[in-house]
Amino acid sequence: MNRLLPFIGFMLLVALFGFGIWWNTQHDQSAIPSPLLNKPAPAFNLPKLYEPTQRVSKHDLLGKPYLLNVFASWCIECGVEHPVLTAEAPHLGVQLVGYNYKDAPDDAKRWLAQHGNPYALLIADEPGNTAIDFGVYGAPESFLIDAKGIIRYKHIGPFTPDVVASELKPAIATMLKEAR
Amino acid sequence: MRLLFGRSAPCARTLFVLANKQGIRAQGALLQALLAVLLAFSGLLHAQAIEPMPFANHAQELRFQHLTHELRCPMCQNETLADSNAPIARDLRNQVFRMMQQGRSDDEIKHYLVDRYSNYVLYDPPLTAGTWLLWFGPLLILLAGAGVVLMALRKRQRNGAGTTDASMDNVPTDNGDDW
Repeated sequence: MNRLLPFIGFMLLVALFGFGIWWNTQHDQSAIPSPLLNKPAPAFNLPKLYEPTQRVSKHDLLGKPYLLNVFASWCIECGVEHPVLTAEAPHLGVQLVGYNYKDAPDDAKRWLAQHGNPYALLIADEPGNTAIDFGVYGAPESFLIDAKGIIRYKHIGPFTPDVVASELKPAIATMLKEAR
Repeated sequence: MRLLFGRSAPCARTLFVLANKQGIRAQGALLQALLAVLLAFSGLLHAQAIEPMPFANHAQELRFQHLTHELRCPMCQNETLADSNAPIARDLRNQVFRMMQQGRSDDEIKHYLVDRYSNYVLYDPPLTAGTWLLWFGPLLILLAGAGVVLMALRKRQRNGAGTTDASMDNVPTDNGDDW
């Protein structure tokens, strides 16, 4: 038995490190769980991308759930996510609102002209100050906000068809079921 | 860069004082002209430094440096807000600066960031249900190690006291201590 002790200790360490590796592959290490989840979305008042003189506030969007998608023309991952969003947007059951983050409006418009515009509404945060209130630290990030203005789900990084099917759609379904 | 500039300003001032003390007008004027050039140049240096901020005084700058070194950049999580070049780190540094100008305390600023980015932004995580293992894990490992050492010592004592025991005769070559 004594002879086996070091081996058992070694195997325990192997199991521990193996678990660590498995755990890290299951979780996105760069994703910070948002403290805003299930809390009211922060108040905002931002200009529309295409009509900068018109402003949109959180209050204006109450009453209908929406998916707020933070994107920018400088963001490479957004280009990866864009076809997925474009394909899924009509089937989501919620409005897709584009949040143009720290972007020159002309660059954003050119990018949308090139890649297509799946958004029902586009708001622009060029200085990026409102994004701090949302806890945004990069793009893309997406927030599912219900009719009462509560953040129900947040995804950090690009939406893939997998994530849409396994996370976004169930979250939307739960939200819509509760609203009924 | 910051260090270089930080040092160049007092240095220029010393020169100026020296020139005035000697009271040599012509040379003083020359020195003043030289200083004017140097000052213009230092302005250039300042512009090249990474985002100089208009601090009210040196104490405030030190406070800012201290605070931003205690906060973690959410984007590149192994860098402090002070060190990171990520756009979000720059924005958050500006936000910290703005809040300092508004007279908010360090705790208020940290609270503001934690509300938005969770405890991840703190390099010194608070003691919560989720972090007790982080705080006391090392102590647990130390205690476990002490337990193992204690057990081994006790066993050795027992073995030492009972070398003439019949049980030891059953182990002809290996006394269990060879590893």
